[in-house]
Amino acid sequence: MIEFRSVTKTYPDGTVAVADFDLVVPPHRTTVLVGSSGSGKTTLLRMINRMVEPTSGSIEIDGTPVGERDPVKLRRSIGYVLQNGGLLPHQKVIDNVTTVLRLEGTPKTRARDRAHEVLDVVGLDRALAERYPSQLSGGQQQRVGVARALAADPNILLMDEPFGAVDPIVRAELQTETIRLQQELNKTVVFVTHDIDEAFLLGDQVVILSAGAQVAQVGSPSEIVENPASDFVASFIGVERGRRALRPKSTARGTVLVDSAGRTQGVLVEGSQ
Amino acid sequence: MNLFADAIAWIFSPDRAAGSLPLSQAVWTHLAFTAVAVLVAALVAVPAGWVIGHTGRGREIAVALSGAARAVPSFGLVLLLVLVLGVTHKVGAATTAFVLLAIPPILAGAYAGVEAVDRRVVDGARAVGMTPGQVLGRVEVPLGLPLLIGGLRSATLQVVATVTLAGYVGSWGLGFYIVQGIQLRDFSQILGAALVIVVLAVVLDLAFALLERAVVPRGVAAVRRT
Repeated sequence: MIEFRSVTKTYPDGTVAVADFDLVVPPHRTTVLVGSSGSGKTTLLRMINRMVEPTSGSIEIDGTPVGERDPVKLRRSIGYVLQNGGLLPHQKVIDNVTTVLRLEGTPKTRARDRAHEVLDVVGLDRALAERYPSQLSGGQQQRVGVARALAADPNILLMDEPFGAVDPIVRAELQTETIRLQQELNKTVVFVTHDIDEAFLLGDQVVILSAGAQVAQVGSPSEIVENPASDFVASFIGVERGRRALRPKSTARGTVLVDSAGRTQGVLVEGSQ
Repeated sequence: MNLFADAIAWIFSPDRAAGSLPLSQAVWTHLAFTAVAVLVAALVAVPAGWVIGHTGRGREIAVALSGAARAVPSFGLVLLLVLVLGVTHKVGAATTAFVLLAIPPILAGAYAGVEAVDRRVVDGARAVGMTPGQVLGRVEVPLGLPLLIGGLRSATLQVVATVTLAGYVGSWGLGFYIVQGIQLRDFSQILGAALVIVVLAVVLDLAFALLERAVVPRGVAAVRRT
């Protein structure tokens, strides 16, 4: 469990990135922080592994404030997936994946065996292990990034807009893979995105942030769609427009649902579940 | 009379193997001055440049220093140091002057190399739990190596040309022939010695150009090819 307690981050130039933020991140669930740019979501994520230090307040992992832990050891114990992978361009895929294990002193052969296992887990061909990141596609690089984060088998996985730089088809594929991985591995995942659809797809708990990391609403995707806490949330998640604003239309074969543009999006199945 | 033919004849004349300063000895002294100056400068400037590039501190000072140092007339510096250190320490004075000339380009190459590394890569390295030393040693230094070699390359070229001035304060290196040639009004000797210096410079430049390409990390070279 990760707990934010009245966390504030003010940058030296006076920008308040995060103001008095509280949140409980439940274990073995995916929590998605979603907000537009400037909402402080990445700052919040980076405070968990002390890449950013809060100005005041504390962040606790299983009751221990992260401020009391050595930042280097802390980071090695937490998986971190960056946008575009953040891989080391001069090292082969296998060496990128084994980075944390090697830093922790795992013998080379054992680290390599483990790396091959993790490559299987993220759905990458073992033959790619001897390639350099630049020789892979964007989606493959992103999977290597996930493999690197998982190699040391951390309990917590931080994902910072990991699928922001790949095309929509690959993104959809990676999102599906992420859901599958989470079902298999049961990590505590904190995921940052600006894409509300991605947030609803992946999140067990979704945290909608407005400027200065003010929590606009916390809840499951269903809770948020069914009962938006404010006009801001309603407009952010787009309940009045597009694919989420559906109305029934009667046809000869039963009721279908159409979106605001008049396109039929689905069929209303009565009496299920 | 053909000055170039005479100069080349001067270089290959059997007299060059004998006399008070044989040509081969002058070439070796010239190269030794260059090598020592660049090595000593590198010992100072490379670690300093890495630290500046890694921490981002002291960058302004380094930039100002390099800029100012480029404006220092090397001939004046050599003479000044001989005067300051005394005529008994001519070798030390000359070497010190060459070291001072070699520091700015090496310093610039070292910190520019580290600075040029993609910040996202450095961020990723920190985020997976590398210590600042590991980030420098395993990420910033290897990825910044081509620019560092570039700095060593321009330092070496500058020094190999400037070592000519050592001939003015002592009878060392290829510069001695030029200084002596001016006094004797022997133009083939002046041009012959100058040509040898040019050849040394070109050969060194070529060697560094090859080295610069060789140190580009493989994964990075793979992108450049496509």
